[in-house]
Amino acid sequence: MDWTALILSLQLAGWTVVLLLPVSVLMGRLLAYRSFRAKGLVEALVMLPLVLPPTVFGFYLLVAFGRGSPVGDLWQGLFGHQLVFSFEGLVVASVIFNLPFAIQPAQRGFESIPPEVREAAACCGMSPLISLWKVELPLAWPGLMTAMVLTFAHTLGEFGIVLMVGGSIPGETRTIAIAIYDRVQAFDDRSAGIMSAMLVVISLFTIAATFWLSSRVGRRLS
Amino acid sequence: MTLEVIARARTPIPLDVAFRVEPGELLALVGHSGSGKTTLLRTIAGLWHPETARVCVGGSTWLDTEAGVDLPAHRRRVGIVFQNYALFPHMTALGNVMAAMDTPDRAEGARLLDLVNLTGLSGRKPAQLSGGQQQRVALARALARRPQALLLDEPFSAVDRATRERLYTEIVALRAHLSMPVVLVTHDVNEAQLLADHMVVIDGGQVLRAGTTAEVMSDPDALRALGIREVAAMLPATVAEHLSDGLSRLEAATGSLYLPMIEAAPGTRLRVRIMAHEVILSRIRPEGLSAQNILQGKVARIVQGTGPGVMVHVAIGDHEILARITRRAADQLDLHPGRTVHAILKSMSVARDHIAPAR
Repeated sequence: MDWTALILSLQLAGWTVVLLLPVSVLMGRLLAYRSFRAKGLVEALVMLPLVLPPTVFGFYLLVAFGRGSPVGDLWQGLFGHQLVFSFEGLVVASVIFNLPFAIQPAQRGFESIPPEVREAAACCGMSPLISLWKVELPLAWPGLMTAMVLTFAHTLGEFGIVLMVGGSIPGETRTIAIAIYDRVQAFDDRSAGIMSAMLVVISLFTIAATFWLSSRVGRRLS
Repeated sequence: MTLEVIARARTPIPLDVAFRVEPGELLALVGHSGSGKTTLLRTIAGLWHPETARVCVGGSTWLDTEAGVDLPAHRRRVGIVFQNYALFPHMTALGNVMAAMDTPDRAEGARLLDLVNLTGLSGRKPAQLSGGQQQRVALARALARRPQALLLDEPFSAVDRATRERLYTEIVALRAHLSMPVVLVTHDVNEAQLLADHMVVIDGGQVLRAGTTAEVMSDPDALRALGIREVAAMLPATVAEHLSDGLSRLEAATGSLYLPMIEAAPGTRLRVRIMAHEVILSRIRPEGLSAQNILQGKVARIVQGTGPGVMVHVAIGDHEILARITRRAADQLDLHPGRTVHAILKSMSVARDHIAPAR
């Protein structure tokens, strides 16, 4: 059992969720409330990671963030190490790769709020920020919750992109999914089995907890 | 706190309307669906922005497209009751009311819920309330904003008839507490006539007729747009007694009026809406007739429409009753101004929701 890999996976999933929550609120709201000319294109871009093979996606991230790229060089200058093949690089890749999992359910959540209810909030004297806090977030909560759980669980299980962008550096980029692959390669079926079971339990628990929470929210609303 | 509204737009519907509402006055914007009346209400609230518009309330300007003034909805002191109420589903009745206050005040919230007769229901969520109760919460929430203008968007359309009658009575009673201009959007002429002081008839985004309710309701052009079957006169009356046979006797300037049992204590002053097409005219006082109400008066004037009908205004005391009869009948009876006639009205022809308390 590679505990370092498990903790690294949980950290990666945690950071991804924390960073994607505000993004999913902003983007979900934008896509739910507004209609603009490029909306279809934006929605397609958000969904792209769902259909692209992780290798393709990882390749472009390597090109974009790697040595010699503007972003990569900026990062190197600021922090003294490469963005790719580092934990931070994994977080960036994970955030981008999880956009559809975070934004889609958030968008559905905000879409479920009747427009008159938002108008009523404004007519009650609530500024857009207060309306978001007091009315929209509580009502869109099941959607946001689903977004966060999907992101968390999906990050735990992500393999291809981690391998492409992070490699398999113990304590830095070797997540539990990579560790399982390593163990299988080394014919260590026992360790692979334990870790796989562990991942199943954690994922199942996370999703079950969400269903339970969102059904409570559902009861609270009706 | 006079409310002045000017709005012009080409889309989504052509709109060219101007009107003003005095403090404490209830103005009804009446028109068919798609006439633009809800768009006007949304313009006042800041939820819609016509190409050219001006909205002023009591000296402060909320919207002036020429001067570049456009206060966002949340900075306009406006109370609005939406057609489907738009309550916050995750908040209790009291929570909804307090959400509209500048500084949430439980006691004030409870007072407002009392005012709309919701005492004891403050802890309920909207889903646990009936349509009529939700409407009351929406009204209390609108008042909690301490609005400079109160806007009601078809607020009675989603409740059943019995609830509507009760709500009419409550609104009339509530008006004693309201000092701001009130705008009621409705397609229901009965509602407008029962509740409003002034009416603006909107047709295809234009003002067809504006004036006091009595003026508008006797204007042939307005009536053509509203539907000639909606023509009616408002007759003030006082409940005299409830009779054992299920009728109530009302005392009106026109004499006694017998109507189906009215749930109001003797002495209550009412306004009864008498539909013009329900009134029969007779030159001599008829006998052996089942109709219980025979009111003697004099023909004040006869208004000719475009169709086969005429509108006969019958002066009874200080009031007028309208009778819509055919031109043929008017000729046969040789009706002309000054003639004595008897207006005949069946008790059963006055619907219960055509009676409202007097203000």
